[in-house]
Amino acid sequence: MAFKLCRTDTQELSKKRTRPLSLAGHVGFDSLPDQLVNKSISQGFCFNILCIGETGIGKSTLMDTLFNTNFENFESSHFEPQVKLRAQTYDLQESNVRLRLTVVNTVGFGDQMNKQESYQPVVDYIDKQFESYLQEELKIKRSLHNYHDSRVHACLYFISPSGHSLKSLDLVTMKKLDSKVNIIPVIAKADTISKSELHKFKIKIMSELVSNGVQIYQFPLDDETVAKVNTTMNGHLPFAVVGSTEEVCVGNKMVKARQYPWGVVQVENEHHCDFVKLREMLICVNMEDLREQTHTRHYELYRRCKLEEMGFKDTDPECKPVSLQQTYEAKRQEFLAELQKREDEMRQIFVQRVKEKEAELKEAERELQGRFEQLKRVHAEQKSTLEDKKRLLDEDQSSFNKRRAAAQLLQAQSLTVNGKKDKDRKK
Amino acid sequence: ISHGHGGSHSSSGGSTLLGYIGIDTIIEQMRKKTMKTGFDFNIMVVGPSGLGKSTLVNTLFKSQVSRKSAGWARDEKIPKTVEIKSVSHVIEEGGVKMKLTIVDTPGFGDQINNDNCWEPISKYINEQFEKFLKEEVNITRKKRIPDTRVHCCLYFIPPTGHCLRQLDVEFMRRLSHSVNIIPVIAKSDTMTIEERQEFKQRVRKELENNGIEFYPQKEFDDDMEDKSDNDKIRETMPFAVVGSDKEHQVNGKRVLGRKTAWGIIEVENPNHCEFAQLRDFLIRSHLQDLKEVTHNIHYETYRAKRLNDNGGLHPISSNDTQESNL
Repeated sequence: MAFKLCRTDTQELSKKRTRPLSLAGHVGFDSLPDQLVNKSISQGFCFNILCIGETGIGKSTLMDTLFNTNFENFESSHFEPQVKLRAQTYDLQESNVRLRLTVVNTVGFGDQMNKQESYQPVVDYIDKQFESYLQEELKIKRSLHNYHDSRVHACLYFISPSGHSLKSLDLVTMKKLDSKVNIIPVIAKADTISKSELHKFKIKIMSELVSNGVQIYQFPLDDETVAKVNTTMNGHLPFAVVGSTEEVCVGNKMVKARQYPWGVVQVENEHHCDFVKLREMLICVNMEDLREQTHTRHYELYRRCKLEEMGFKDTDPECKPVSLQQTYEAKRQEFLAELQKREDEMRQIFVQRVKEKEAELKEAERELQGRFEQLKRVHAEQKSTLEDKKRLLDEDQSSFNKRRAAAQLLQAQSLTVNGKKDKDRKK
Repeated sequence: ISHGHGGSHSSSGGSTLLGYIGIDTIIEQMRKKTMKTGFDFNIMVVGPSGLGKSTLVNTLFKSQVSRKSAGWARDEKIPKTVEIKSVSHVIEEGGVKMKLTIVDTPGFGDQINNDNCWEPISKYINEQFEKFLKEEVNITRKKRIPDTRVHCCLYFIPPTGHCLRQLDVEFMRRLSHSVNIIPVIAKSDTMTIEERQEFKQRVRKELENNGIEFYPQKEFDDDMEDKSDNDKIRETMPFAVVGSDKEHQVNGKRVLGRKTAWGIIEVENPNHCEFAQLRDFLIRSHLQDLKEVTHNIHYETYRAKRLNDNGGLHPISSNDTQESNL
């Protein structure tokens, strides 16, 4: 079975050209997919579903019906001031497959008066999961194969069964999310719509999505075994679902259904609603594809945008490939320059403050001096005033004394003159 | 799509399933996807010339993967330094496509002075890690990064019957931390079964004394089951193999073997040599694990070291003119 390989098969060429080779017997590497699958089984799988819809539209019931179990649910109030997200994780097992399922529900979606910011908490949550994965990937010592993947793999968007068209809240929210997550729109509580209305409703919804450029998840068509099924299913979107965990006796079987006075809506009856289709598509056929799309498309887009935001590039302005080392070096220099600039600034500010303080102190000193001078002046003035007064007073006193002395003298003189007169008369 | 009957188990801290959902179909979905993408497998053969490396590889993969198996009728000289030659082929079996790359190392151990002959090999291995790392850190990444990293290194020990040579110990000591080394005893038809057992024991002892961890490494055993399986394998390693691509008639069947004057050595007969065990171990049970250990452990070690060096990346290939001193 030997065949000659041509002489030109040197190492350079053979690195680029890979020739197909035929095997002479059973080698055994066809067990490779099994080896890979066995490893995955022992590790377990992760699947994260995000349910967006108004309060009371049936998100929790649908999850219960989908996974045939009773997750712990509590009814939410209609008076939440803001949209919140509540995530719950469950470990499910079926035969030898262990699934870690995380169901994230919106709480209070569509309840507020002003719904402009309603989509933001949802976008933030999705981004946060991408961010933590990116952080793990960028770590130096990382353990990606052990990482609990919390990124949202599928987003079920619950459309109210108005029968007319999508609400603007729906369009706005889906538009914000279509590049971040795989959106699968479903019409909730579909037993309120008649068959003919449903058909028109579906067409209207799809055309509105298309005309608004919303990219919903398309079931993949590249694998021949499922391409046919997926194409048919793509035509049935959005799925009109009914959820119920209660069982009703129909015929001689107990089936999941909703009992009305006028009849019984069977959840798993394909004529009644599309629940079975949803379960097929979401879990049985495309779960792996949803996970793959999330990782290779949505996550890569997020990562690319985030890194570009941080200033990393693959090529520099002249379109030459920039190695990571250059980018790191440039970033490092930038960072050091920034540090230096900040240090200089701080120093300048410090010097400035010192000067200001000095000036202030000088000013205060001057002021103080001025006041002192003034006080001295006032004091001197008062002193001189007082001295003047004293002088005056002294003068007064001395003149008074003089006058008194003169008066006394006069009195004394007049007395002696009168005495003399008296003496003269007596003679 | 037909559904099998699934069980309704309740796992610890989980919820009880009340019927079949179809979660276990994810196995089938995953299998289909991996079959579509195909696999890469890169195996390196190291050993002095004439030990039957190319023949063994051809026997393993049942095809003319290596061009040297036509015997020694070649006009090539033994290279003066160790060269690295890699050849890629695409083989398909049972719907599974595999791109198999054999990296040959002619010149290893052939010179008079074999100092540092492992260096070109070590450099090649690190270059493949570097290539992968560069792709991984790109902003816009390829959907599937081409994997040229060496997943497995078959080290050929000459059947001296005594013990390991210094070259063997040196090589394996230096490279066991960057690649999965599987030592094999080549041309083992030169030893009797007893001689073979003794030789293997001595080799194992020496490897242990020198702290050489060959694949499957004890420290990477996942759980008790893994440990017991791998312990059994570790007890039989290094596999004593014989390679041949010629078929002979034995008991009415055509078998691969070597015809000698005293009998036919059947390659796939477990009583004659351990080739079948090596093949089953390498290809049928641990191929995926080899790739995973390379990716999750050896590559991560390389990456962490690179990113830690001076807080940045510096070029390691010699054609980079920029030498940075970060």
